[in-house]
Amino acid sequence: MRSDKSTSAPFGLKIAAASGLLFLHLPLLLIFLYAFTTEEKSYQFPPPGLTLKWFAVTWERADVWQALWLSVRVASISTMIALVLGTLCAAAVSQTRFFGRETISLLVILPIALPGIITGIALRSAFSLADIPFSFWTIVLGHATFCIVVVYNNAVARFRRVSGSLMEASMDLGANGFQTFRYIILPNIGTALLAGGMLAFALSFDEVIVTTFTGGQQSTLPIWMLQELIRPRQRPVTNVVAMVVVIVTFLPILGAYYLTRDGDQIAGSGK
Amino acid sequence: MTAAVLFENVSRHFGAVRAVDAVDLAVAEGEFFAMLGPSGSGKTTCLRLMAGFEQPTAGHIEIFGETAEGVPPYRRSVNTVFQDYALFPHLSILDNVAYGLMVKGVAREERRKAAEDALAMVKLPGYGVRRPGQLSGGQRQRVALARALVNKPKVLLLDEPLGALDLKLREQMQEELKSLQKSLGITFVFVTHDQGEALSMADRIAVFNDGRIQQLGTPEEVYKQPRTRFVADFVGSSNILPPEFVAQLGAAPQFASLRPETISLGQNGSGRLVLDGTVLSRSFLGAANRVLVIVNGTRINVMSPAAASIPAEGDPVKLSFDRADLHLMEAAS
Repeated sequence: MRSDKSTSAPFGLKIAAASGLLFLHLPLLLIFLYAFTTEEKSYQFPPPGLTLKWFAVTWERADVWQALWLSVRVASISTMIALVLGTLCAAAVSQTRFFGRETISLLVILPIALPGIITGIALRSAFSLADIPFSFWTIVLGHATFCIVVVYNNAVARFRRVSGSLMEASMDLGANGFQTFRYIILPNIGTALLAGGMLAFALSFDEVIVTTFTGGQQSTLPIWMLQELIRPRQRPVTNVVAMVVVIVTFLPILGAYYLTRDGDQIAGSGK
Repeated sequence: MTAAVLFENVSRHFGAVRAVDAVDLAVAEGEFFAMLGPSGSGKTTCLRLMAGFEQPTAGHIEIFGETAEGVPPYRRSVNTVFQDYALFPHLSILDNVAYGLMVKGVAREERRKAAEDALAMVKLPGYGVRRPGQLSGGQRQRVALARALVNKPKVLLLDEPLGALDLKLREQMQEELKSLQKSLGITFVFVTHDQGEALSMADRIAVFNDGRIQQLGTPEEVYKQPRTRFVADFVGSSNILPPEFVAQLGAAPQFASLRPETISLGQNGSGRLVLDGTVLSRSFLGAANRVLVIVNGTRINVMSPAAASIPAEGDPVKLSFDRADLHLMEAAS
């Protein structure tokens, strides 16, 4: 019975795994640490002293709030657009056969394969050509191009697993198209959409390159942070913001984990 | 009397493929109707035309006197038991069965009660809390049946309902389906490629080949008086005698079907046709012996009761049969 006694990994492997994890996460801890430092111009180790005053300072800074609010709005609306378009596209590609199906599938995925800088330049020249002023909506459009891919990829994989006869059975039992979507399709692809949506939100929330090209005067949170790092003024504020971003993005992921853990129980018989 | 399902010259073409080609049929109310044929013969497409998943390329369909073309599946008073059962994996068995009532807006308590009753009817009382993944194939089949019947359809469509079950279970379900249909009085239309199933269960059978109905009749008619060579061959096994051979027997020179069990070995009874032949081979089948005899270069299968004595291979033998059992068929295959 080899499998009984050799369940624990060799010592060397454990060390390698631990150092790998440390390498990934130690820099994150440093970010947290410098959010409490008393030194505001440079990062010296160890910090000369610890303080909570940067939290108050950050709270008072209107530019932080503006950038945060913009990022949240951009990410939410791009994700929403991506969820609708990505799901529709996945449904079409996986449930029907039509001329050019494979091509469409490839064209939808292409934006995420292209370097962001290409997407950015392409969108920027397209917007200028069409005389569209750079605004909140141009940022949203730019983000939606790659958010759709994430939702589409998640949804199409799940759609393939939902057999066509389930939809036929639902129609046969008297459900119209909307009811079939609500009671049969959505529960079966719901967790995939949730995962895709969260990933899309996260991608949009920390996007820098496309935003640089498609944004006007506004700066989203990542662009604000980039600008802050160049200017050595109240540096720990950036760290406080980074810390908040980590916590804010971690919570929905944790929530989604618990939601999808017993995924086959969501959305039962309805009312 | 209006037919439960009426097809008038119905065709369904997929590009150049004529899946269903100019089919006429009328299923009577309360009938157990079988559509029998090999795969690709158009029987399943006919069922899907009745359910509304397909629309006819040409022709006219009526369900209880109402035009069915253009009516979506969810507005038809028919329900389907799917070949793969198509139970909703994310719903409990009870919610699966109650689904049709839920989308129609029946109150929760009422649809629960109806679903419980339907489950009891298919002998699965108390299974409501389980999930489709926890049931065996036979149980899932019963759930699919309950889920369709709870909606009180005017016509129940069954697509190869017993195809995935093993032999014992299949025989048991045949009995149950038959008695269920009798007690409910609902019109059942079922698709099968198993001729034994069609013969034993159906009131009438439509035999399909190449998108057309080859013959429509009671099991006895289809078996005893096959209209074409295809029917004679597909339903049961038969000796298909070539025209020249039939002419020698004093009948019109046409292809004829002669069922193996209507032939007896040896010359018994008067007024019967007698042939001289040689035993080619014989095999023991339990309840009967199958003896292959060659007569004037034509091979003839004989099914002889196990109790009867069998001549040895190579022995000369006399075959006799009633002229009435020699069934002449149409020239078309």
